[in-house]
Amino acid sequence: MTAPAIEPAIELKGISKAFGPVQANKDISISVQPGTIHGIIGENGAGKSTLMSILYGFYKADAGEIFIRGQKTLIPDSQAAIAAGIGMVFQHFKLVENFTVLENIILGAEDGALLTPSLAKARKLLKELADDYGLNVDPDALVENLSVGYQQRIEILKALYRQADILILDEPTGVLTPAEADQLFRILGRLREEGKTIILITHKLREIMDITDTVSVMRRGEMTATVKTSETSPTELAELMVGRKVLLRVDKKPATPGAPVLKVENLRVVDSKGVERVKGINFEVRAGEILGLAGVAGNGQSELLEVLGGYRTAEGLIVMNNEEIDLTGAKSDGQSRRSRGIAHVPEDRQREGLIMDFMAWENTAFGYHKDERYRKGVLADNVGIRADTAEKMERFDVRPPNPKLAAKNFSGGNQQKIVLAREIERNPDLLLVGQPTRGVDIGAIEFIHQQIVALRDQGKAILLVSVELDEILSLSDRIAVMFDGHIMGERLPDETDEKELGLLMAGVTPDANPAAAE
Amino acid sequence: MDRIPNWADVLLVPLISLVLAAILSAVVILAIGENPVEALGYMVEGALGSTYGWGYTLYYATNFAFTGLAVAIAFHASLFNIGGEGQATLGGLGVALVCLALPWPHWALALPAAVIGGAAFGAAWAAIPAYLQAKRGSHIVITTIMFNYIAFALIIYLLNNGLKPVGQMESSSARFPEGTNLPTLHEMLGAIGIPFSQAPPVNISLFLALAAAYGVWLLLWRTPLGFEIRAFGKSEPAGKYAGISSFKIIMITMLISGGLAGLMAINTVMGEAERLVNNSVQNAGFIGIAVALMGRSHPLGILLAALLFGFLVQGGAELAFWTSIPTELIIVIQALVILFTGALDNMVRMPVEALFRARGRAEKAKSVAAE
Repeated sequence: MTAPAIEPAIELKGISKAFGPVQANKDISISVQPGTIHGIIGENGAGKSTLMSILYGFYKADAGEIFIRGQKTLIPDSQAAIAAGIGMVFQHFKLVENFTVLENIILGAEDGALLTPSLAKARKLLKELADDYGLNVDPDALVENLSVGYQQRIEILKALYRQADILILDEPTGVLTPAEADQLFRILGRLREEGKTIILITHKLREIMDITDTVSVMRRGEMTATVKTSETSPTELAELMVGRKVLLRVDKKPATPGAPVLKVENLRVVDSKGVERVKGINFEVRAGEILGLAGVAGNGQSELLEVLGGYRTAEGLIVMNNEEIDLTGAKSDGQSRRSRGIAHVPEDRQREGLIMDFMAWENTAFGYHKDERYRKGVLADNVGIRADTAEKMERFDVRPPNPKLAAKNFSGGNQQKIVLAREIERNPDLLLVGQPTRGVDIGAIEFIHQQIVALRDQGKAILLVSVELDEILSLSDRIAVMFDGHIMGERLPDETDEKELGLLMAGVTPDANPAAAE
Repeated sequence: MDRIPNWADVLLVPLISLVLAAILSAVVILAIGENPVEALGYMVEGALGSTYGWGYTLYYATNFAFTGLAVAIAFHASLFNIGGEGQATLGGLGVALVCLALPWPHWALALPAAVIGGAAFGAAWAAIPAYLQAKRGSHIVITTIMFNYIAFALIIYLLNNGLKPVGQMESSSARFPEGTNLPTLHEMLGAIGIPFSQAPPVNISLFLALAAAYGVWLLLWRTPLGFEIRAFGKSEPAGKYAGISSFKIIMITMLISGGLAGLMAINTVMGEAERLVNNSVQNAGFIGIAVALMGRSHPLGILLAALLFGFLVQGGAELAFWTSIPTELIIVIQALVILFTGALDNMVRMPVEALFRARGRAEKAKSVAAE
């Protein structure tokens, strides 16, 4: 047999997979050349993860064939995938926190009954890998002490240690800072140079444009296009993903800010371990404006939202509509905050904003379940709440518009719409929004952004917390950056850029230390 | 859909579990050289074959309904109240003190007072572990178990030092006044012309249990408080976000739970014994856990499960009476039922779910093929 010039590293032919009535993958074929980075982009639920799970042996395809380096390969389980040279880096890391890097790397790949020879071998190999790919890690560091970016590196090393030459990364930048993401892309570039094949699953258009050679777009289980990255544009990709034209920029009029609604003065938050998370911050949010709070996750933004939302105590002064609000005691809970006109779309909608086992209508009443309008005497007006939910679902385009469906059965975007409908329809004076579009598909992002802007245009104050710089830049009327519990500075979106904000997010104030700018 | 139909969840799965428990019980009975079919016959005949049998079955079921509801409401707040036994014991003390306090002229006056007494004492006994959980984080499973033993010791002490009339040998309280004697099912049904055996102690508490079940359903699914209890039980962080006070929910839920367990004493202490005796609860508090598990923490399911366990206790007693099968075997059978319906629930549930999924796929394939 005469081998073709270059055999594809992976070739999928006619892969189909159904879960009950849902066709997650429909006759999907792709071919990935060795030594390239191939992006797979699509909205949540488009079938990207299912396809990769089939490739990694978690699911069995209903139909179709997999060829690895030209060989037809059956992948019944992840062991077979590893044997075929496929490595997977999951969105949520699968590391043992209190093991060292080395122990994590050999976990599941120990040879022999004794650990010491395996560890010694791994240490040697790890050094080689580090030299080859610039993946420097301390083999004896405990995983729990490492940053998220480093932990991801260990996941990559784990795959390489198992001699993977095809690497699948599932939404790898979801948890990374912009700087860490850049570092990851440098590593991926290096791996590509060394001849590894990489499949990058993401919903972020920018990453696709930045790093991939070719890109496949998935929509509703189907592969709608495979194109060379150099021959496409973000707008085209977004259109292919959603199936219609999408506005990537938020269309909004200039803000007309009014009187301050929320004033925060010298606010300090100490967490249960005694660590000071918010270190005396001052800011205000005025009526009719969106204040965007940028920052890498874990720099005090979450704590700030929790204080404002009424489930964390603090010291300092918060004035809402010219009246001080309690920061400790019985009047500092969520119910009191709601009665003061504060609505809150929490950062973690699945843990806090919704009760996943509850039906949509129960979630609509959640937090406002004691309101007169949701009651008939001492009993809850369940019929009324259901009718109210049905209306809200229609107005916010929640799909499917079924108030009796449990929250967990909605997609991320639709879950967020349920929370947003609940909070916005309260007509609050101040809306707190944390990570409004995390895990939300592009189509829904557009809608959610429009709703937030519409609320602003009604003269309401909005405090937006997001780790997505794009979102901060496109939605905010003013931007404040938090780092290590401090507000590093305020900028106007038209007068700043990602680079400047990125530096502030890393704690570098340009005026204080211009040398650190590059 | 990812779930099995409701009827399969509520009826089919417990039924299969029950059949499995029955088969294993049959094997055990065979192993000791007895005839399982005959044994089942004695149980069914003894528990359900006459109004006499039914009377006892319902009497026991009443106990289990109260304790089952007590465990279930705590489950909804994701609290595991193992203290039903102790709370019911203390409920008995409350009922006895109320009954002995006044020369009650009529049961209709004594019953509401005893309900308050029993519920208050049961609730008070649950309040301490609840407070320790809510304020100090002491795990409620541990503390409620410990409080069971304290309750047993306390009752023995009180029976021997104060409650026991002077000159009585047996450690029990004085007999309650005539006016506290509750109407039995025999009397109530007799009044409307339905004959019912006079012997069994089943009494008006049965209807109290039904009312309690309805009340728990109403509370959990029709009131804002019940909403908060269920929300807190499903997700504590979400509860915090919504401004639901964990202290308030833990305290209220455990007070209701303890109160329901305490109400069981209306049936046993006031309805049956008519005085306070030692060990008036007889494991009903623990069986309540199995009842709540099997009833999937829903009042209707709990009533059905309570009836099943009532049948097992009464049928088991008859079995021991008519055959040479030792009474210990009854405990084995009960344990098997608890094991299969409670602990091994998933063992049955998962294959059933898989079956329904496979059927769903087959139907889908058929409809696709038909196109």
